[in-house]
Amino acid sequence: MFETLHRYRYHYLMLLPGLILGGMFVFYPIFAACYYAMHDWSGFNSDKVFVGLGNFVKLFNDPIFWDAFRRSLIFLLGTVPLQMTVSLVLAVLLNNQLLKMSTWFRTMIFLPVVTPVAVIGIIWTFLLSPFNGPVNGLLLDLGLISRPVDFLGSTDTVMPSVIGVYVWKWLGITMIYWLAALQTVPDDVYDSAKLDRCRGAKLVWYIILPIVLPFAIAITLISAVGALNVFPLIMSMTNGGPFFASEVMEIFIYRTAFATGDGSIPRLGYAAAAGVFFGFVVLSLTIAQAIATRRARSGAREISS
Amino acid sequence: MRSRHSPLRIVYGDHRANWRIGLVSAFLTVICLVWIYPFVWMISTSLKSNNEMFSNPGLIPQSWATENYVRAWTEANMGAYFFNTLIVTVGSVVIVTTCTSMLGYVLGRYRFPGRNILFFSFVATVFIPQGFTIIPVFELLSRLGLSSNLFGLTIATSGHAMVIFVVLFAGYFAQLPRELEEAARVDGVSFLKIFWYVMLPLARPMVVTVVIMQVLHAWNDFLLPLVVTLANPAIRTLSVGIYAFKGEQFIDWTGMAAAATISIVPIVALFILLQRYFINGLAGAVKG
Repeated sequence: MFETLHRYRYHYLMLLPGLILGGMFVFYPIFAACYYAMHDWSGFNSDKVFVGLGNFVKLFNDPIFWDAFRRSLIFLLGTVPLQMTVSLVLAVLLNNQLLKMSTWFRTMIFLPVVTPVAVIGIIWTFLLSPFNGPVNGLLLDLGLISRPVDFLGSTDTVMPSVIGVYVWKWLGITMIYWLAALQTVPDDVYDSAKLDRCRGAKLVWYIILPIVLPFAIAITLISAVGALNVFPLIMSMTNGGPFFASEVMEIFIYRTAFATGDGSIPRLGYAAAAGVFFGFVVLSLTIAQAIATRRARSGAREISS
Repeated sequence: MRSRHSPLRIVYGDHRANWRIGLVSAFLTVICLVWIYPFVWMISTSLKSNNEMFSNPGLIPQSWATENYVRAWTEANMGAYFFNTLIVTVGSVVIVTTCTSMLGYVLGRYRFPGRNILFFSFVATVFIPQGFTIIPVFELLSRLGLSSNLFGLTIATSGHAMVIFVVLFAGYFAQLPRELEEAARVDGVSFLKIFWYVMLPLARPMVVTVVIMQVLHAWNDFLLPLVVTLANPAIRTLSVGIYAFKGEQFIDWTGMAAAATISIVPIVALFILLQRYFINGLAGAVKG
């Protein structure tokens, strides 16, 4: 025992700083969150009361929680398919080697990705504002609407607006993933497709997509996990409003834990329970990804062999 | 097949291809102009006076008002927030790169007792959402007395994103050839020196990727700095600062546009300079 420790002493020494950091901010919080989730706990200085699974029972009977959960799902279903298809079309167009300005286009589409989310939230609240906002100005000038639409201030339009901004912000990264996948398609596939006069949508659908399918699954799931982490965008655009109409899971957790509402008490245990449940959902998605990718990869291997 | 080789095909075929490329370029140009319009509008607005903003909807400002920037930098404290963000970003990049490259090196290249369990624990937590761990992280920082200072914010920012980098480094180090390392060992170079002088320089592309991804993460991070700075507004980062600015002065559009411009210029400049690394680094995430 001691001998092994001594033999690998430098290995363990090099692991140490990272393990301390990971222990503090990755592993400890996971266990602590599960521990808090089983307690009734109102603040950082007050006592915790053990309630077992009580918080979860309360959670499952809480319509506000389910509304937030449903909104997270709507957000997921609203963004991922749109983001995947539009970015694929752009990636196929940009992948053309004859296109000289390809790098320029890529840079411009990628620009929102490097911009801090909070800044994007602020700019879009202006752009979508019913008072002198340029989007309303344009729609009025074109005669598409007769009076300004309060995109972020009305319960009907807030989710579609936030979904639109989210897709705009992150499309560039999905496009880069697609481009990386398209680079793996060998040139002779294109050449023989050209001989067979197969091009455009047909080429993409019947020839390119089956080849990049394993990537497609990975990209979908990376995007799906991303779409569940939308706290900063929604916080900076709407704070979850109006009337909770854009309150997704993470906003629910933040609001419950840090009591930003008027006169409400912080409920840390309850918020932790919501966080644990949410974490499990994301973890299941991740596991689904691992399994699906592996299956698709072995499937692709069978086809190619 | 006959038409493919006919002279007509050779002449007109190129034409048709050019024409199609032209059409695609035109289409993409329109898309991209719409795409970056919010940024153009933001910069234009930041150079208008508050009155002009309502009277002149065009993109070319008449007054070229620079006082918005002065106001954002001093009154809205963007200057201080800028330096806070810079400290957190640089600090977390140094911490993250050091810790994760060493972890990734040892986990990726060596088999020792405890290696597998450690490695899989890291992999399993890659997709844990921030909302899941924010409460314990804040509570831990409070207990250590670091909950409202920049050092606490810096180490928490480092810890939050490190897992994916450990996995990336482990993968990269695992596929480097053995020969150099062995040659160095035969020459009697110590374990730590081999890492520092031989292996780390070989992993430079991955170091660049990790640095860039961490810069992006630190500059963009919102939930953690928001929670940590609730009690101490003086250490706000740009993201949180601009969010607070919106809450306090929501009618000062031009000032906010200037503040927004200040907070994106450094990161956008970095992106344009190091574009190749950004793109390749991110593409590596799906290829692996």
